[in-house]
Amino acid sequence: MATQAIPTPTMHRRLWLEVVHDWVTTVDHKKIGLMYIGYALIFLVIAGFEALLMRVQLAVPNNHFVSPQVFNQLFTMHGTTMVFFVGMPILFGFGNYLIPLMIGARDMAFPRLNAFSFWISAFGGFLLYFSYLGGSGLYGAGSAPDVGWWAYAPLTMRAFSPGHSTDYWTLAILLSGVGTIGTAANIVATTLCMRCPGMKLSRMPLLVWLYLVMSGLVFVTISPLTAAQIMLMLDRYLGSHFFDTQAGGSAVLWMHFFWIFGHPEVYVLILPAFAFANEIIPVFSRKAIFGYPAMVAASVGIGFISLSVWAHHMFTVGMTAGANTFFVLATMAISVPTGIKIFNWLATLWGGKIHFTASMMFAIGFLFQFLIAGLTGIMLSVAPFDWQLGGSYFVVAHFHYVLVGAILFMLFSAFYYWYPKVTGRMLSEKIGKWHFWIFLIGFHLTFDFMHIPGLEGMPRRIYTYEADRGWMMWNIIVSSGAIFQTIGTLLFVYNMIWSYFKGDVAGPDPWDAWTLEWSTSSPPPHYNFAETPTVESRRPLWDLKHPDDPDSHYE
Amino acid sequence: MLRQVWSSIATQATSGLSSGSTSIFSPAGTPAHSVFSLSMLVLSITAAIFLVVGGLLFYVLLRYRHRPGEKDASQEPPQIYGSNQIELSWTVIPILIVVMLFLATARVILSTQNAPKPAAALDVTVIGHQFWWEYRYPKLGIVTANELHIPVSDPKHPTPTYLTMSSADTDHSFWVPRLAGKMDLIPNRVNTMWLDPEAPGLYLGQCAQYCGTQHAKMLLRVYGDTPAAFAAWVAHQQQKAANDSDNSAAADGRKVFQHTACISCHTVAGTVATGTFGPDLTHFASRDTLASGSVVNTPENVRAFVEDPAHFKPGVLMPPMHLSQHDLDAVTAYLMTLK
Repeated sequence: MATQAIPTPTMHRRLWLEVVHDWVTTVDHKKIGLMYIGYALIFLVIAGFEALLMRVQLAVPNNHFVSPQVFNQLFTMHGTTMVFFVGMPILFGFGNYLIPLMIGARDMAFPRLNAFSFWISAFGGFLLYFSYLGGSGLYGAGSAPDVGWWAYAPLTMRAFSPGHSTDYWTLAILLSGVGTIGTAANIVATTLCMRCPGMKLSRMPLLVWLYLVMSGLVFVTISPLTAAQIMLMLDRYLGSHFFDTQAGGSAVLWMHFFWIFGHPEVYVLILPAFAFANEIIPVFSRKAIFGYPAMVAASVGIGFISLSVWAHHMFTVGMTAGANTFFVLATMAISVPTGIKIFNWLATLWGGKIHFTASMMFAIGFLFQFLIAGLTGIMLSVAPFDWQLGGSYFVVAHFHYVLVGAILFMLFSAFYYWYPKVTGRMLSEKIGKWHFWIFLIGFHLTFDFMHIPGLEGMPRRIYTYEADRGWMMWNIIVSSGAIFQTIGTLLFVYNMIWSYFKGDVAGPDPWDAWTLEWSTSSPPPHYNFAETPTVESRRPLWDLKHPDDPDSHYE
Repeated sequence: MLRQVWSSIATQATSGLSSGSTSIFSPAGTPAHSVFSLSMLVLSITAAIFLVVGGLLFYVLLRYRHRPGEKDASQEPPQIYGSNQIELSWTVIPILIVVMLFLATARVILSTQNAPKPAAALDVTVIGHQFWWEYRYPKLGIVTANELHIPVSDPKHPTPTYLTMSSADTDHSFWVPRLAGKMDLIPNRVNTMWLDPEAPGLYLGQCAQYCGTQHAKMLLRVYGDTPAAFAAWVAHQQQKAANDSDNSAAADGRKVFQHTACISCHTVAGTVATGTFGPDLTHFASRDTLASGSVVNTPENVRAFVEDPAHFKPGVLMPPMHLSQHDLDAVTAYLMTLK
């Protein structure tokens, strides 16, 4: 996708090498954004394929499709890839592309840091997968890490994880963390310093606000993760004993380090999804976002509260009743600002004229599924309920509802919405709607029914299960949904390629939208805006289109 | 594979919720019951929220969909920027729900975690290993593996079992859904939990914290015994290992067992076998299953397991001992005498 510019009569066709050189050396935020997205989509396909293999294995009890060793590597690689090399880069890709355009800037604050962050993260991903070749080092054939994506101590100690597979995992996370911090710093600097004249913080598009909060969270959460990776390396190579329980180290210490990263990470991933919803739902409802100040406050609130909930991943590690109670309260508290967001989106739809484009359909899917994911989240926040549900397939279903049902649906929505801006061509609405319905069916087959074996006592991360437990029927349904999701995803890929060549020409503003990126051509020129725009409200293009009734009268 | 699927569905349909049930919604002990009733409260509140908000969403989508045929279809709808009163209401109502849920939750946390321990309580030490369970009854002098026997508890004279839990290697988690929620076994750390089955029977579960290659077949079997049956089981387990000298095959096997590396990892009380890395085999033949609940304890399975432990459990830490066919038969015969 988009590896070459659309040829115009005045442009000579460039050599292949020129194009590659252009992309590799670029510091343009749009190209880096697209590289982030392309890179993440490749890993999305790889990690999705890993999920498919796992679903084949689990479809029936006592299956021998893959060995336990391979299965354990599959869920480790699937989780690690999806979080660090799909979720983060794809969201950073959209942020990179959109933030300067939405605040009327010509590029990010630090273009070369931007390129560095991308390439170092990309290197991390390649290193992770290189473990398939080099994981056992000089011992012989390779092997991927098999310690789970949380890599709980002491399973990562050399006694239990010989060879180098765990080292590849650690280094991959470490590098991805460096890139993530770089991009987060860039986003904060860009939003604080590069806004066009008139764009006060209180007029900034909500998307940019959410990316600002998300980047703030990244600073606080990636640091302990990176520190923990370094400690793990010290344990494995220099004889320290942070997590080495056999020498007096603490397994629980790793859990705290990991989850003080791990839970805010969920918000790092979902805040950009909220960000897309905040732009897309108003445009297709033809109404301004309801309660802009409350939406900003709720986002910042979620950011802060999310830093105090991590130990709800640890309700079963034997914390005291007092600690458990505290984390119950903190976790439940986060449902209040989250609820405000859902209600404000509903209020935005209320009284609007809702256009059911493919983009909007995915956004509504997001809203519906995020509601359910939030409600199962409330169940899990109830510590005693979590003593039963934690570590079971119920949790797996819950967080996939967040990651697939909410984040991936919103990402699809964002693709349909911004693809015309990026390529100058519309994605096919017809294929888009097929994609939506098939993926929706697949999603609900897989992840609705996945809750049930969890309630019936099926733990996660098992490569097979006993036939007498009554879990098989549910697992067959869950696995069959994966087929629909695969077909839906293939339709999406086909749509992206077909529309790039054959799609309708989009023009600068196909959705009659209101934010600054729609005021420049599609695709935008290298310099974004011929002259720096000036804004007087949150919806500069609304003001332009309705000079009789501009937003600035009401803010 | 398709035939496997259908036969399995048929078995499930005919057997219904057989003894295999591990559903958290069929509780059989106090901790599981208190989670169950709390979960009913949580489920009804969340279901109500789902109906209200989900219903609103569908109403809005139907009511406010764009109708191209209408005469003002091309006009923008009235722009509404927010309303402090309405937004306050959907902040305050969720806060009230959260406070209510929090109080109900805190009560169950305290009543389960800080329950006073009755004098009649039984103490068992549980140690998680890759990939099996070690059970020690310190006051009764019993050491066994993989099959936990505990007395049922009469609410009038409660005799709960208190588990003191740790791990010899990686993290594990003890989860028998019908009796209680799970509790992790973490090396270098001691956790506790308690069980009080209300009816005799077998309660199944399995390790719920990924612990290594064979995590999936680290199965749990908890036998809730009547007081009489439990006393009989205790008396039996306290006996020395059987030494059936009339059985020549068994005597042969005993010799093989004691002259190979078996004894470095396994204990048979009263013999030279005093290893502690693997399960205690003193009363091995009295157990229903082997390989941590993976297969039924029959001579054929025992022989197959000793010949190649990875046959049932790929990734198991017990190595194949490369015994001759004769020695395999003999060791099997010996193990089956350890009643």
